[in-house]
Amino acid sequence: MIRTTVKKIYMALIFIFLYAPIGTLIVLSFNASRTRAKWGGFTLKWYTALLENREIMQALWNTLLIALLSSLTAVVIGTVACIAIQGMSRQKRAIFMGITNIPMLNADIVTGISLMLLFISLGLKFGLGTILLAHITFNIPYVILSVMPRIKQLNPSIYEAALDLGATPLRAFFQVVLPDLLPGILSGFLMAFTMSLDDFIITHFTKGAGVDTLSTKIYTEVKKGIKPEMYALSTLIFVTVLILLMLVNRTPEEKRIPDK
Amino acid sequence: MKKWFAMAGLCMASVLALGGCGNSASGKNGQVIVYNWGEYLDPETITMFEEETGIRVVYDEFETNEIMYPKVEAGATSYDVICPSDYMIQKMIANDMLAELNFDHLPHAKANIGQQYWEQSREFDPENKYSVPYCWGTVGILYNKTMVEEPIDSWSVLWDEAYKDNILMQDSVRDAFMVGLKLNGYSMNSTDAAQLEIAKNALIQQKPLVQAYVIDQVRDKMIGNEAAIGVIYSGEAIYTQRENPDLEYVIPKEGTNVWIDSWVITKDAPNKENAEAFINFMCRPDIALMNFEYITYSTPNDAARELIEDEDIRYSEIAFPDLKQYANLETFQYLGPEADEMYNELWKEVKSE
Repeated sequence: MIRTTVKKIYMALIFIFLYAPIGTLIVLSFNASRTRAKWGGFTLKWYTALLENREIMQALWNTLLIALLSSLTAVVIGTVACIAIQGMSRQKRAIFMGITNIPMLNADIVTGISLMLLFISLGLKFGLGTILLAHITFNIPYVILSVMPRIKQLNPSIYEAALDLGATPLRAFFQVVLPDLLPGILSGFLMAFTMSLDDFIITHFTKGAGVDTLSTKIYTEVKKGIKPEMYALSTLIFVTVLILLMLVNRTPEEKRIPDK
Repeated sequence: MKKWFAMAGLCMASVLALGGCGNSASGKNGQVIVYNWGEYLDPETITMFEEETGIRVVYDEFETNEIMYPKVEAGATSYDVICPSDYMIQKMIANDMLAELNFDHLPHAKANIGQQYWEQSREFDPENKYSVPYCWGTVGILYNKTMVEEPIDSWSVLWDEAYKDNILMQDSVRDAFMVGLKLNGYSMNSTDAAQLEIAKNALIQQKPLVQAYVIDQVRDKMIGNEAAIGVIYSGEAIYTQRENPDLEYVIPKEGTNVWIDSWVITKDAPNKENAEAFINFMCRPDIALMNFEYITYSTPNDAARELIEDEDIRYSEIAFPDLKQYANLETFQYLGPEADEMYNELWKEVKSE
């Protein structure tokens, strides 16, 4: 009895620590006063101000666009790379896996600065394009990391059987191999998407003048204090992610029952 | 199968398209790339500038001088106009990164910026050749009248045992040492090891009385009556007073830091004339007034100050103190890497004590 109450209290504490900051932020997004020290009454004005703020909406759009394009591109490149790596000899495979893992372990600031220097020496114009290239670069290893285990589980005989039955290699890949890889690809895509949404440092070094993502935009507000519009936006993002997670967690259960 | 091809193709196409375009659209009279502090300008003024001049503004923001410097130095983007602080301007002049301004193109700056600000600027730009003041302020003591009995006029109140755990200090090296040095009558740009040692010991002695070393939170904590006394920038003082009328701001008699953020043009600015047009526009009284009302930091633009409708603010001692009335006002200077190292070491000793 005591054990279970202790367990429950422990769980409750963990959840409080995890969610108290987000809770505070959500409450503040409805605070009519600009300062956190005073409760000025309930208001939705930050939400309307947010929708009318062209710069924040532009930053949000940039963030989503970059996250989507970079993770899609990384998924294509990463999956193709996985298939190639799987076909290599054991020794070569180890070397290539090592090479793809290094950028993940590398500090973001090193990646950011070296990408900036590379882009400068290539004479690229800094803007959305350079951010996108940088994001694709650091996203590829995450895709490889999540697709590789699926590929190792593949039974090569199935692909060969498809060829025996007259499928062209390309068709065999898309109809037989790809469906098996899809869960890995999907989780790689989601991981890449989140990494791209989150990134500040690499974006900071590779962005051009006048192009901002949400993270760089929020950071520039440090000197004058972060505006309550940002609380409203963070609340909306949190609620969206929460709803998405609930949907994702519900669907497999419903599907699995008729399966078995 | 076709779907996948189409998707991959789409991705590639959009990557190529994006890589190619960037910010190529420019106004009929070209563009100007501006690098300013975040939230440091009324966005409406940019729209007005674009409409009146036909010059497109590419606007970018930084969060600290230290973050701005390497980005400009690396040259990934050729910024035209930047708005650094005093000591950083000095460093950029020393490293030959700034262009001399042609004041024939800046009539509004010559006419409207008050004489005392040009004089104060000479501490970091000795001949007023490179910079045009944009925002300025002082550092002082903000106190809560209901928690403090006697009138405050000296840094020494931060060492008063009566306010134990009710004092907020700035959590940055130069700001903290400014207080320690000024208290003992030294220059806040001192590089004298003995003077710095005395300032360090003063700060260590003060430490048990300090509730917290903070930067932004001074504002919110003072509004929320969580502390009696805090070291704060004057730009924030007006805002805090509006939220909590019990608060009072004072410039200590031992002198303090007068900071100035000024417009400068980079040495290799691709659009120098547009850059000068931009700075000149920002010095126009009505535009300077719009910016003052948006950011509430004091403007050095005397003509704009005349236009402020609220007399309490126009004649506010907090927003527009007469610099001549105060002794020992100084502006931060760039002290070089060795002195920076020394300050950082001593600050570490204070923080770890």
